[in-house]
Amino acid sequence: MKADFRLPAWAEYGLLPLVNLCAALLISGVVIRLIGESPWQALKLMVAGAFGAQDSIGYTLFYATDFVFTGLAVAVAIHAGLFNIGGEGQAYIGGLGVGLVGLGFGSWSPWIVVPMGIAAGCFFGAAWAFVPAWLQARRGSHIVITTIMSNFIASALMTYLLVNVLIKPGQQSPESREFGPGAAMPAVHEVLAKIGITFAPSPFNLASLLALGACLLVWVFIWRTRWGYALRVVGQNPRAAVYAGISPERTILVAMLISGGLAGCLGVNELMGSEHRILLDFPGGAGFVGIAVALMGRNHPVGILAASLLFGALYQGGSQLSFDMPHVNRDMVILIQGLVILFCGALENVFRRPLAALLGAGRGETRA
Amino acid sequence: MEPVSPAPQAPGVPVSPALELRRIDKRFGAVHANRGVSMSVSRGSIHGLIGENGAGKSTLMNIVYGFHRADSGEILVDGRPVDLGRPRDSIEAGIGMVHQHFMLVHRFTVLENVILGAEGGRRLGAGLAAARAALERLGRDYGLDVPLDAEAGHLPVGMQQRVEVLKALHHQAKILILDEPTAVLTPAEADQLFRMLRLLRDQGKTVILVTHKLREIMAVTDHVTVMRHGAVVHETLTRDTSPRELAEQMVGRAVVLKVEKGPARPGPILLEVKDLEVRDRLNVARVKRVSFDLRAGEIVGVAGVSGNGQSELLEALSGIRAPSAGQILLNGRDLAGGRVGAGARRGLGIAHVPEDRLGMGVVESFSAEDNSILGYHDRRPFERGGFMSRRAIRADCEHKMGDYDVRPPNPGLRITAFSGGNQQKLVLAREIDRNPSVLLVGQPTRGVDIGAIEFIHRRLVALRDSGKAVLVVSVELDEIMGLSDRILVMAGGEIVGEVSGSGATEEALGLLMAGVRGGEPR
Repeated sequence: MKADFRLPAWAEYGLLPLVNLCAALLISGVVIRLIGESPWQALKLMVAGAFGAQDSIGYTLFYATDFVFTGLAVAVAIHAGLFNIGGEGQAYIGGLGVGLVGLGFGSWSPWIVVPMGIAAGCFFGAAWAFVPAWLQARRGSHIVITTIMSNFIASALMTYLLVNVLIKPGQQSPESREFGPGAAMPAVHEVLAKIGITFAPSPFNLASLLALGACLLVWVFIWRTRWGYALRVVGQNPRAAVYAGISPERTILVAMLISGGLAGCLGVNELMGSEHRILLDFPGGAGFVGIAVALMGRNHPVGILAASLLFGALYQGGSQLSFDMPHVNRDMVILIQGLVILFCGALENVFRRPLAALLGAGRGETRA
Repeated sequence: MEPVSPAPQAPGVPVSPALELRRIDKRFGAVHANRGVSMSVSRGSIHGLIGENGAGKSTLMNIVYGFHRADSGEILVDGRPVDLGRPRDSIEAGIGMVHQHFMLVHRFTVLENVILGAEGGRRLGAGLAAARAALERLGRDYGLDVPLDAEAGHLPVGMQQRVEVLKALHHQAKILILDEPTAVLTPAEADQLFRMLRLLRDQGKTVILVTHKLREIMAVTDHVTVMRHGAVVHETLTRDTSPRELAEQMVGRAVVLKVEKGPARPGPILLEVKDLEVRDRLNVARVKRVSFDLRAGEIVGVAGVSGNGQSELLEALSGIRAPSAGQILLNGRDLAGGRVGAGARRGLGIAHVPEDRLGMGVVESFSAEDNSILGYHDRRPFERGGFMSRRAIRADCEHKMGDYDVRPPNPGLRITAFSGGNQQKLVLAREIDRNPSVLLVGQPTRGVDIGAIEFIHRRLVALRDSGKAVLVVSVELDEIMGLSDRILVMAGGEIVGEVSGSGATEEALGLLMAGVRGGEPR
């Protein structure tokens, strides 16, 4: 009999992540002190950089939108017992779909082109995820290996396409020409301006609404549909699934298609919402951050929203920090993010036992 | 709690007990697994430790073996206090344990397995030679002849168990703990084990037998301790007690050990199995040309030592595993060839309570209510147009819990927070509630406390009496004999005999289970 340390819900979802976050920041502070900067000052700069002005809030939310998509993608797969670490590649290929719509149909009305772009992003992302899913379901090839490999293939493929096919003629940098005007996801500051509210310009765009909608849909799907039920059974106990007449193979395919589709939506935010062209490596690691976001958010859409905000703030505040502090460079910021991922993801159980002891053992479930 | 009575003394054995536990207390979070347990085991005796699942016996033995550390209390070996923080400490103190699931490396030889953890230096050669000599001597002394150079995984289970005993003895164990040792043995193998245990006792070793089978306690022990809810509730000389008294002490009230049922009134054939063959991944036939009928209004029991094809038979009948040949006819319709899966078979009226409850019958991380729809999650009223109705699921689960006396009646609680018996009652409720015509039940009362056993047996009989067909697979002979109207005996993947339920004797079944054909002519 092994004892486990279950915490009350508020501590599990609130206190524990907070303690983990503080631990990560504490160690980051030590490192910042070691390189001769003031940790306190750095923290203040980061917070101000993320939330201090309208445009910094806009950037934070823009990045957070990316992480919601990739975080949900990881979470859906995890509920089916699959560790999809190919979000990066699925987002990249999904972006190709978004971009092709933007390039091909950019002259049409946004009312048509934007939904087409979303559909294309989902479709391309899902299609890219289908290959490892099929290999897992039918051939038993491990999904971790195949998804990470497909990231490299996606990267190589996109480099090839951008360098040789999609590149704007007469240009040095490997990126496509700009999309037509119809393929622009309206920015939030533009929308607000129309109703008379001024908001500083930022790439924060209406893809965020899509992200919120995705959160809701994922929640309904996982916890309120029979397919979500089947998916959770497969994830938790594949033998029970077979016993219940649920096909693990089919469920794996469904879960990975949804996962890839969600990751593919990143292109809607990045390309239609901000860049308006396809450029090299536009996911920029968001696919991997999604893993940390899902872990920290306990694979629940609400948790993923909160964790995405945190990572959006770290991303935006961190770049501001490297701007303002001479000794803190881009790598330091990555280090801080890495520590947050380490403590909130990989080491998430370190403080579980002491917290459980602190909150008293009497709160656990009683055995019948 | 009764006072601890003095240990029985074999003549010529010194007074200080081999093992003494004083006020052992252990909590796992909210679960108080051991409450001030005191127990004394005298040297050169076989001491039975009996109790229902969850009574705390395993926790107590794991503390003695150094797997867990007690929150408080003392352990004395030969009258000296010892600190058993790790299994290594216990081995050094002369305590050996034979686990329910053997801890053998299958690809190693017996010899290599035995010296595991006591290799005796960096180079294996010398250690192996020394061990071989020592083991041959041990084997002679205790009548434990085991082929030392055979690969452990190839030995029959009874033999593997001997290897475990040998291993403990080789590690200089004076006190031997056996945790549910007969779970995987035929009655004949169990008898052999008991003879060996008596021999060990007569040679001065001390044996602690952890079990929930009253018959074994009565057959082999000198002294017995009964645990209930983490505490010792009864301690006595075996010759001064009776199975009924022990059962009452275990449960805390009087229990009926026999299944009460009227005569069966078999109706038409519902399920017909013809020349069924099931092969495993390695293409080895696990079920070989098995044929039988299952009629409405009867309970057919399948007896056999576990691992003789019963599990594969159940899985083939329920649609989990595709048979390689043969037919499964439900009301004359063949299910085997038509690729009718587990879900579709439920729709046709074949329900299944699986053998491995936690491994297959429930999802451990789910709540009781989510488990109460497993396999029926795509049926109304739970589901409509793809969407689940939480309200309908909860209402239905509450109804099932009331009907089957599942305690606590809280649908939102995680399934693992329920005892084995209550989990099983919920699984049974789930499978019976949809009014199946055929119910397949594997190990209906494995890991289930006595009170729930009675309840489950009554429900199965009631289902039979309502004109349904029930197929029970169990390794518990008492259960098979008590429940079944007809008994099929499986050995080596074949049905080696059929016995009527009323005429069955343990000896006849035992012979059949061991593969000796023609127990009782019919």
